[in-house]
Amino acid sequence: MAAAAAVSLEQIDWENPEQIGLWRDAWQRFRRNPIAVGGLIFVCLLVLDALLAPLLVSLHLIADPLKQDVAHSYAGFSPQHLLGTDYLGRDLLSRVMFGARISLMIGLTVQAIYLAIGGTVGLIAGYFGGRVDNLLMRFVDIWYAFPDLLFLLVVVAVLGPSLFTIFVAIGVIGWVDLSRLIRGQVLSLKEKEFVEGARAAGSGPSKIILRHLLPNTLGPIIVSLTFGIPRAIFLEATLSYLGVGIPPPTPSWGIMIQDGYQAIFAYPHQVLVPALALAITMLSFSFIGDGLRDAIDPRMRR
Amino acid sequence: MAAPLLRVEDLRTQFFTSRGVVHAVDGISFSVARGETVGIVGESGSGKTMTAFSILRLVPDPGRIVSGRILFKDQDVVQMNDDDVREFRGNDVAMIFQDPMTSMNPVTRVGVQIDEAMTAHERFSKKEAEARVVPLLQKVRIPEAVQRARDYPHQFSGGMRQRAMIAMGLSNEPALLIADEPTTALDVTVQAQIIQLLKQLNREVGAAIILITHNMALVASLCQRIIVMYAGRIVEEGPVEQIFDSPQHPYTWSLLRSVPRVDVARVERLVSIKGLPPDLVRMPPGCKFHPRCRFKVEKCEREEPPLEEVAPNQVARCWVMMRNVPQEQREETKAGEVSQQAATELKQAGSG
Amino acid sequence: MAVAQGAPPRGALISFKIPRGRAVSLTLYIIRRILWLIPVLFFVITITFVLIHFAPGSPWDKEGKQLSAAVVRNLNAKYGLSDPFLVQYGRYLVNVVHFDFGLSFQYEDQPVSGLILKSWPPTAVIGVLAFLMIVIFGIGIGVVAALRQNTWVDYIVVGFSTVGASTPAFVLGIILIIIFSVTLYRITGGNFSLPTGDFALDQHLIMPVVTLATLPIAFIARLTRASTLEVLRQDYIRTAWAKGLRERLVVTKHVLKNSLIPVVSALGPTFAVLITGSVIVESVFNIPGIGRAFVVAVSSRDYPMILATTILFSVVVALANLVVDLLYTVIDPRVRLG
Repeated sequence: MAAAAAVSLEQIDWENPEQIGLWRDAWQRFRRNPIAVGGLIFVCLLVLDALLAPLLVSLHLIADPLKQDVAHSYAGFSPQHLLGTDYLGRDLLSRVMFGARISLMIGLTVQAIYLAIGGTVGLIAGYFGGRVDNLLMRFVDIWYAFPDLLFLLVVVAVLGPSLFTIFVAIGVIGWVDLSRLIRGQVLSLKEKEFVEGARAAGSGPSKIILRHLLPNTLGPIIVSLTFGIPRAIFLEATLSYLGVGIPPPTPSWGIMIQDGYQAIFAYPHQVLVPALALAITMLSFSFIGDGLRDAIDPRMRR
Repeated sequence: MAAPLLRVEDLRTQFFTSRGVVHAVDGISFSVARGETVGIVGESGSGKTMTAFSILRLVPDPGRIVSGRILFKDQDVVQMNDDDVREFRGNDVAMIFQDPMTSMNPVTRVGVQIDEAMTAHERFSKKEAEARVVPLLQKVRIPEAVQRARDYPHQFSGGMRQRAMIAMGLSNEPALLIADEPTTALDVTVQAQIIQLLKQLNREVGAAIILITHNMALVASLCQRIIVMYAGRIVEEGPVEQIFDSPQHPYTWSLLRSVPRVDVARVERLVSIKGLPPDLVRMPPGCKFHPRCRFKVEKCEREEPPLEEVAPNQVARCWVMMRNVPQEQREETKAGEVSQQAATELKQAGSG
Repeated sequence: MAVAQGAPPRGALISFKIPRGRAVSLTLYIIRRILWLIPVLFFVITITFVLIHFAPGSPWDKEGKQLSAAVVRNLNAKYGLSDPFLVQYGRYLVNVVHFDFGLSFQYEDQPVSGLILKSWPPTAVIGVLAFLMIVIFGIGIGVVAALRQNTWVDYIVVGFSTVGASTPAFVLGIILIIIFSVTLYRITGGNFSLPTGDFALDQHLIMPVVTLATLPIAFIARLTRASTLEVLRQDYIRTAWAKGLRERLVVTKHVLKNSLIPVVSALGPTFAVLITGSVIVESVFNIPGIGRAFVVAVSSRDYPMILATTILFSVVVALANLVVDLLYTVIDPRVRLG
């Protein structure tokens, strides 16, 4: 009856909390999490790939992702084309490697937009409270009630697909979670002594927000942003897959999956390669997010 | 003398953690007679709560009873199978917990929770159990018990919840009730009421009570006998008056002196015990209390003293014994060790 | 009030009857929540309408074919697009109240409501089946994992929910197609090939439903596991054991009753996830449902269809949230309606 033993261990105070710096502490915990570290390594490789891909092309180490060779469409594996070619005879490996550029760019840029909008709304709602808070949170409620992909599709339908539209559209729809999070953090921190102290010392609202509230909400914000990256990558890939995302011929994993899907019965690897690239990338970011959350979680720090 | 109700023999409960083995309960033996009231005292981490959990076989993971016997009416609880333990819990021995706020299921009516304590066992039929709920609540003095039985725990005050917990504990007329810090989470007036209630129930129902607490005053008002625990072992045991009059272990002595008592004319000054209880993974050699003991001798650091009879029915685990410490030495307390609050309380007691 | 003596009437303790005062406040709460739908819908319609109206270009711009100015003028007149913005907006609101969503742009002369009614059933069927799977499997494996914490069962569930929660539906769908329809085609007797003809309730639904349900199952399983572990640590569970209750009773009456509360409240947002998922799944598996109709409408700029679908989705999500919130207030007596 192992479950019988679900009794709190808190009576036994044998843990002597060691006084290590907050962030170093979190990093050490993160480092001990092999799955999170694996995710981090993959993401590092991905970043390296995204930075170096153009260089590799100019060094002729990989083929040009845009160069068509219709005569050799759906070519098999060969030394020139390690993963073969797609329906237009473009090098699959090179396109997958370049696809990482789009995904990473979307993932990171969108987080900046989330932070700008969600951060502002959350800080204002949390700090001022009362009617401002009520109004903003009502707005957030409505915003939240609607499936984000659908809104994204509407925006793209209206503005027309382009790299810029995709960036802005994804950035504008996903900030709600972050604003709620920050608002909650601010609300709970607002009553803490150090904020009271700053207020008593005559600091104005903007100073209190920037100097005291923001740094103290940093941990959960970083975790939330990390989880936002795979979300944004997913949305871009989905739009591209549905044919309303990044316009071709730019290599995006979503487009490649759509292209490969057309030939799924004849050449399954055409769809499998970009699909796995997308899935593994999203997983890696999620693993990092999980690792960070466990490392930063204040309940575990106690 | 008749066979005791409960006899614990050389009980050891350990926790197997990544830091090492935590010796939470380290070879304790004691017994409780029918209808007797016993107080187990000690700081947090002294093993008193784990002793209680061990008796009910509720030791949480990664803890385990590694050796010893717990004889209840001559049956060994440690050796019971899961079904027998289930039948034993709540039926022969009931337990009430420290925090009444969190000890009741928040989404189940109070009456149902009491009812289910009875239907889990065979003593009462379904019908009888349901009929007993309201009288039980009345017995622990919950007003408007009929309506209150249908309330949810959040509609009860802290004191009422603890009463309901006591009603739950008494519902199967157990021979032994273990109360683990039953008043710590409550305010002082409610504390007194709960202790009063336990006292009265002990007289009326005849259930033996083990009161687990760090508060000497509570023990004094409820218990006949006192067991002092430190670092997982018993350091002193005896009748309450005797221990209060002449504690022999320095730890007991310090505990008594850290509680302001208005009812006793005070000759000695209030002291607080400095230092922390030992790390239960790496315990000091010799007497486990010696790092904090102001009366220690060289032998204390080398060899652990045995429990030794110091007076009729009173045992203590010490090489020195307080009776051998001259009065002047007891008074040599540094100014810093006298807590400010204790000092003012003393002053008030003196002027009053 | 006098202290009543004796036992309450039989069964009174366990009755689920909601007291009168609570029934009244529950009704008021439902009414308030339904009224709250109006501003939400108004907001959704307005945003979408404004976006569409001020979009660059006209819906008649199609790749490849350039319409003459006369044709465009005719079309604009037919759909009332030459009127001032406020007139169009007002007219639309009035029509929506009468459940009139206008004519489709892409299929001329077809009312949007007809198109929606036609594509509604497959989406609903797949959605309901997926939702059942989510409730059964998501909660089921989450609870089992928590009760068997740190055993291989738990590790499998945790692994599945971690991977499942961050695998895009179309990637999963594609992998399923490759496994069952490409590689195992012979073994499965073609039973998992893509639906080609009319939509039917047959084994062809298995892959779409699994694809749609996997991500929410992973999410719900994870949440259920975490919340069950949390409840298992609670003092009142220790109380339940200390009373000598059987394990089955402790789990059902004490653990689950508490640990499912946060899970229930997460089922509302699950509906939004399902709707998003249906858009993807219907595209991957070629299902003539409303999700695919929406994508088609988006890529052909069929504004009336986009608007109507958007409104429908909002209503579904809002109603799902209402039902979930009501359920929540029923299962958790501590919740104040407000």
